[in-house]
Amino acid sequence: MADHVENAVNNVSSDGTEAHRHTETSPGRTEVELNGQPPTARPPQVLTDTEEDEDEELTLKYGAKHVIMLFIPVTLCMVVVVATIKSVSFYTQKDGQQLIYTPFREDTETVGQRALNSMLNAFIMIGVILVMTMVLVVLYKYRCYKVIQAWLFFSNLLLLFFFSLIYLGEVFKTYNVAMDYLTLALIIWNFGVVGMICIHWKGPLRLQQAYLIMISALMALVFIKYLPEWTAWLILAAISVYDLLAVLCPKGPLRILVETAQERNETIFPALIYSSTMVWLFNMADSAETRNNSSHPVPEQENQVAVAPTAQPEDDGGFTPAWVDQQQHQLGPMQSTEDSRRQIQELPSARPPPEEDDEERGVKLGLGDFIFYSMLVGKASATASGDWNTTLACFVAILIGLCLTLLLLAIFKKALPALPISITFGLVFYFATDNLVRPFMDQLAVHQFYI
Amino acid sequence: MTVAVFFGCAFIAFGPAFSLFVFTIARDPLRVIILIAGAFFWLLSLLLSSLVWFISIKASNSQDLRLQRDLLIFGVFFSVLLQEVFRFAYYRLLRKATEGLAAISDEDTSAISVRQMAYVAGLGFGIMSGAFSMINVLSDSLGPGTVGIFGDSQYYFITAALMTLALTLLHTFWGVLFFEGCEKSRWWVIAAVVSLHLLVAGLVMFPLDAAGELHITRASHYCFTFIHTARVI
Repeated sequence: MADHVENAVNNVSSDGTEAHRHTETSPGRTEVELNGQPPTARPPQVLTDTEEDEDEELTLKYGAKHVIMLFIPVTLCMVVVVATIKSVSFYTQKDGQQLIYTPFREDTETVGQRALNSMLNAFIMIGVILVMTMVLVVLYKYRCYKVIQAWLFFSNLLLLFFFSLIYLGEVFKTYNVAMDYLTLALIIWNFGVVGMICIHWKGPLRLQQAYLIMISALMALVFIKYLPEWTAWLILAAISVYDLLAVLCPKGPLRILVETAQERNETIFPALIYSSTMVWLFNMADSAETRNNSSHPVPEQENQVAVAPTAQPEDDGGFTPAWVDQQQHQLGPMQSTEDSRRQIQELPSARPPPEEDDEERGVKLGLGDFIFYSMLVGKASATASGDWNTTLACFVAILIGLCLTLLLLAIFKKALPALPISITFGLVFYFATDNLVRPFMDQLAVHQFYI
Repeated sequence: MTVAVFFGCAFIAFGPAFSLFVFTIARDPLRVIILIAGAFFWLLSLLLSSLVWFISIKASNSQDLRLQRDLLIFGVFFSVLLQEVFRFAYYRLLRKATEGLAAISDEDTSAISVRQMAYVAGLGFGIMSGAFSMINVLSDSLGPGTVGIFGDSQYYFITAALMTLALTLLHTFWGVLFFEGCEKSRWWVIAAVVSLHLLVAGLVMFPLDAAGELHITRASHYCFTFIHTARVI
């Protein structure tokens, strides 16, 4: 850890000069260092030392805070999923239905056949995700913003109304609560409409965060219910590999997406991203709106207008380094494949990119990451015979993975996939705890030994 | 009765640890991270020691109960030693991190002192250790069933809760002592912590003279059966 810290020190110090030239990416993803310039160039320090030192300190001072700002929502999402799994039996019942993306069944006669089927399922699912991401990239490249917006809007609609209706119904069944349709309609209507407003337009930050957590949890529950056993684990493993490749490889779809957005100095899909801080500047409401809904020629204008207080003149290439810097600096954007997951999972959109002042640097995490983390922990609690120990172990493993990812983010300052480290730890700990630790702890409990 | 037992045992086992967390750790993000990383290190040590135990079990004759019990005892001691090794490893990691943090911060000191880190790390170990020992028992205490219905000790849950509490606090204290010993290079302190840990682990196994063993084993076997039955239900 010290090495990383020292590296961070080195990086930050040399970055101090470049901080204001960072082109930022949209809250979505990446943070490529310099627009159009080699990302690894580290010009000698020309700014004063104090400025750089301040930057370094701020980085690390805020570093821990940002980690916690992500720990809390991730924990909440997992708690919701685990609580639901443990109490509502609907989500652990396998009633034979599967998603269309996983057509092969796992109730086969031989183990080999089952393995093959689950691998094919995982393959198809990843293929679907890849295709959707490509479609998204193409749409984005050809500036079909309206199509994307509509797509996201309808996904959110489905999630907020239909899936939550099912969820509520199952909760009522579990606790044997009788409810008339009128009250139910009222509740669901209010829940859904407020959710759509908060997510697509504006609303209190906490409420928006709460809605994002809830829909991530709903999506994770759907996956837990409809993905067969081995397929689910394989998909988790495969998607973290996919995430790694898509974000880091030069030709990865997500990287292309991010770079395109950077070239246009737009934010990528202010949707499907959980952001920990948002400072709403009211005079930006209109421009923010129009920014979202506008077509091509307008966005750059909007961006400039929208960040009027801190905007730079046109001649710096349309970048607004100050707000971009604040927004994205060090722990700004997170990573991974929320875009692709978006299509598949029809996740609701977040809001237009946040404008943050110096003290309010937030950190962002894609909702797809929430979904897969919660899915892993939910499956651990649903299917592990070690029960709570396994769940707890996976939970800690995922949090540590997230912490490491954020540390790497602070060091490398570019968009990083959030899945690989956490999911790897989670999977390792799940299988290890379930198969190795559980018998050991059981034996200890029998003999009442305490270690 | 069962909900009352659940809450009672939960508060006994985790009350102090939870209050320590809320009052001393929750405010400071760095401490929270150190806590969770400490829990992670404990988990790693448990994983490795379970692996070793598992291999030894698989390599031995599963019919020989005496051997199995002896292997378990060996597993316990090995686990204790490995936990201390990981405590030391965590100490080294935290030291390097502190140096890094101090190097770049304004004042010459880092945001958190080694003593505070020792306490937080110890608490992390303790919480994880307690959670792993107690959570399954707690969840079973919620379910239908009566403890000691076959005439065995009714005190299974409460003793488990008290032991968990003791272990959690002990881990915290050992963490503080251990780090202090490492800081000041007082190896006898470290040796004392390790031997105390071994002693505690051994003490729990202590009532294993013939009659006592029978009694305890029967009681625990019934409890085990009860728990597993309740779990299945």
